[in-house]
Amino acid sequence: MTKSLINFILTFIIAYIFSFFMGWYSVMTASLLTALFIPLKRLAVFFVPFLSIFLLWCIYSYVLSSSNDFILAKKIAVLLPLNGNPYLLILITGLIGGLAAGAAALFGNQLRVVFSK
Amino acid sequence: MKYIKLLASFTLTIIVFYLLNTKIGSIPPMGKFLNPYTGIWQNEINESTEGTIAIKGLKNPVTVHYDSLLVPHVFAENELDLYRTQGYITAKHRLWQMEFQTYAAAGRLSEIIGDKALEYDRQERRRGMVYGAEKAIEDMKQDDETAAYIEAYAEGVNAYISSLDPKRYPVEYKLLDYQPELWSPKKTGLLLMYMTKMLAGRDSDMEFTNVLKLFGEKQFNLLFPDFFDSTEPIIPKDTDWSFIDVPQTPHPDSTSVDFNLDEKLNQPDPDNGSNNWAVSDEKSSSGHAILANDPHLGLNLPNIWFVMQLSTPTHQTYGATIPGALSIISGFNQYIAWGETNATRDVIDWYKIKFNEDRTSYFYDNDWYPVKKRLEEIKIKGKETFIDTVLYTHHGPVVFDKNFRSENEKSGYAMRWIGHLGGNNQKTFIALNRAENYDDYVKAISHWSAPAQNIVFASNTGDIALWIQGRLPNKWEGQGKFVMDGSLPQNDWQGFIPQRFNAHTKNPKRGFVSSANQHPVDENYPFYVFNDGYETYRNRVINDFFNSKDKVSVKDFKTLQNNNYNLKAAELMPYMLEHLNTDEFNSVEKEVYNIAKNWNYNNDITEKGPAVWREWWKSLYQLTWDEFDHDSIALKKPFVYQTIYLLKHHGNHEFMDIKDTPEKETAKDLFLKSFKTAVSRLDEWKDKNGDYNWTNYKKTYAGHLLQALPAFSRFNLPIGGDRNIVNATSENHGPSWKMIVEMSSPPEAYGIYPGGQSGNPGSKYYDNFIDDWANGDYYKLPYLTSINDTTNINSTQTLTPTTND
Repeated sequence: MTKSLINFILTFIIAYIFSFFMGWYSVMTASLLTALFIPLKRLAVFFVPFLSIFLLWCIYSYVLSSSNDFILAKKIAVLLPLNGNPYLLILITGLIGGLAAGAAALFGNQLRVVFSK
Repeated sequence: MKYIKLLASFTLTIIVFYLLNTKIGSIPPMGKFLNPYTGIWQNEINESTEGTIAIKGLKNPVTVHYDSLLVPHVFAENELDLYRTQGYITAKHRLWQMEFQTYAAAGRLSEIIGDKALEYDRQERRRGMVYGAEKAIEDMKQDDETAAYIEAYAEGVNAYISSLDPKRYPVEYKLLDYQPELWSPKKTGLLLMYMTKMLAGRDSDMEFTNVLKLFGEKQFNLLFPDFFDSTEPIIPKDTDWSFIDVPQTPHPDSTSVDFNLDEKLNQPDPDNGSNNWAVSDEKSSSGHAILANDPHLGLNLPNIWFVMQLSTPTHQTYGATIPGALSIISGFNQYIAWGETNATRDVIDWYKIKFNEDRTSYFYDNDWYPVKKRLEEIKIKGKETFIDTVLYTHHGPVVFDKNFRSENEKSGYAMRWIGHLGGNNQKTFIALNRAENYDDYVKAISHWSAPAQNIVFASNTGDIALWIQGRLPNKWEGQGKFVMDGSLPQNDWQGFIPQRFNAHTKNPKRGFVSSANQHPVDENYPFYVFNDGYETYRNRVINDFFNSKDKVSVKDFKTLQNNNYNLKAAELMPYMLEHLNTDEFNSVEKEVYNIAKNWNYNNDITEKGPAVWREWWKSLYQLTWDEFDHDSIALKKPFVYQTIYLLKHHGNHEFMDIKDTPEKETAKDLFLKSFKTAVSRLDEWKDKNGDYNWTNYKKTYAGHLLQALPAFSRFNLPIGGDRNIVNATSENHGPSWKMIVEMSSPPEAYGIYPGGQSGNPGSKYYDNFIDDWANGDYYKLPYLTSINDTTNINSTQTLTPTTND
């Protein structure tokens, strides 16, 4: 349980720091790294970094958008199309980040398995 | 096993990365697009309009005051700094638009959206858009002052682009997954070509040639007269032309050629036009001349106009700019005001070209002349570059030949277009921005070559004037109406009308000047003017309005710009209703008949009459000109004015007969038939969409430049009017900028446009003018007389020279 929490927090923080000098895929690098050093079991391998980044991207996009009355989010939610609902767009944003992070974590976890024995 | 898992998870990671980082079809790369650090969330922001920014190349600090409309008021010490700042500020608010429009002008859209734009790009290249821009830039560079300003403007744009963090690239770049490139003076040339194409890029020479071939000369002249039965020209009828001592080019013995070509270049919107007018101090109720301008163009977001104040220590100039071009285009300073409408003169002609065996030379004046080749490289996103070889003759580019929309190995069609002849159009506006009186205005506009414009003028001394300005070929009677034989020298343009003989009027007796794209002159003007569709309705409503009033005020100007009177309908519908046999009407037909009967001919938003007229007229026009329904040849149908004239005065003419029926129809039969069609169409429409009041039926919208992408567009705008109405708002076209200026000291001005100052769909300034625009309201324009005048100013930004300059 504690390991999950540590992984969750570290992924969150590293991803945020990496975002200053890397593209959107910084979340993949972050979750890959934490998977290498903080082993998790079964479903947690995917879902802990997934949730961490899901939350990071949801919060960050919410903060940016809410301060501008969701003007653009509402429009992008027409474009995609999500019925003009900015909260759905935030959800999708989180899911995409989470998916990328989770996939990279699976790979990081396998790397750890291969190299640690 | 663990290696298999490793491989599997590795593959999964790569796939996820690839899918989220790549644009697939029209779906943007979702990871790039939606991440909160560099994606669209970073565009959820209003422009910063405060602080101090260092700009390379500035000589002195520049102050930019922003008012509540987000209009920048630029105060610079000199014009070089002024235009550098204009470039910087314009890019800051409208970068994607200004770049996209020049890509469109240059036939480079395939670079952005792939090979679905290839046909469009080839067409623009073959039209000679880049060739024309290069010619224009050559001429602009001949003039040291223009050259320096255009260069400064480009550097200003580039100062902004270079300072821009990629995460703040406008959202359209993220959507289409590409980056801005640096600006250059050539792009300003391309933008001016874009305007030339928009306003002087239309012709019907090929269609007219086909009409002539099909119906003969007598019928052609009935259908397409040089002058309609009544005209209300821009330059008043009583004007004395005796000062003109250069004759019209004499008519040679030459006929048009046969041809078998159905393709045509994409034509700009035929509704592109405008209104402008001015009243003298004597006719103004305040004693100051008043001027108005409203250019009718496509209603786009971002809007084609960007409003600015551009000031130096000597001139404070305010008005609408076009992102990509320097200076104010339609506006005023403390001395004068000016505005443009399109003069729609025939400045495109087509020549049939005869090639030799290997297409290296063409036949002209009984000899063979070498063809020049121009290679147009069209880069295509994700594909190999396409190279189009365009052949050039002394007439201009051979647009249609065996490589493009034509079959014939040994012939082609060359285009003679004013847009290919260069000129320094930019100089006109730079000079107008600092003009102080009538003489300065005349001198400024003398540089203008194309698209020909009706440039209205008013000054603080009460003068008003209107010049029809452009570089206009002195044609022989009928020249260029039809496709010409390109081998005969007498078919070439023989020269130009000397600029001083362009039609104009200054302080006419009637106390006002006006133009609304109508015929520029009456029959007495000594040069040939071809009527290829002059407007015939707005001008009469406008002139009647001024003739009916002794004095007029700014309020009257507003009323007139918002005038919804449908003169076209009022000239035909009462006649149709009178000649309609209503005996056997069913209940729906009676209902529609009554709507028509009770309509006051105003296209107001709540009226149903305009929808009835629209459907009835559409169906009537179709039935009247059924002779023109040919699949295999392109034909031009007669203009609205002449159609109504013929329906009312030649109701038994053979053209009224519907060819597919055994009976012999007259105009009156057509009225009934078309009425019934209109009723059933309206009924169908009503079942689907509900009430056909004019707002619902017309559905005016302002569409984003990317094919009206619904997310970034505004729909169902409640505004009246229509084409051929002074308030010329149709579905996606209309008054793109409305300006009224009273030449008091300082001037008092009102203006609005359908859009907003910001090009960012995430800004509240993106479309904040639209509702007020639809409502017919105006903003009082906060014109600042000095840098210290900060009434109505929300924030101030200072641009300073970089320290190492």
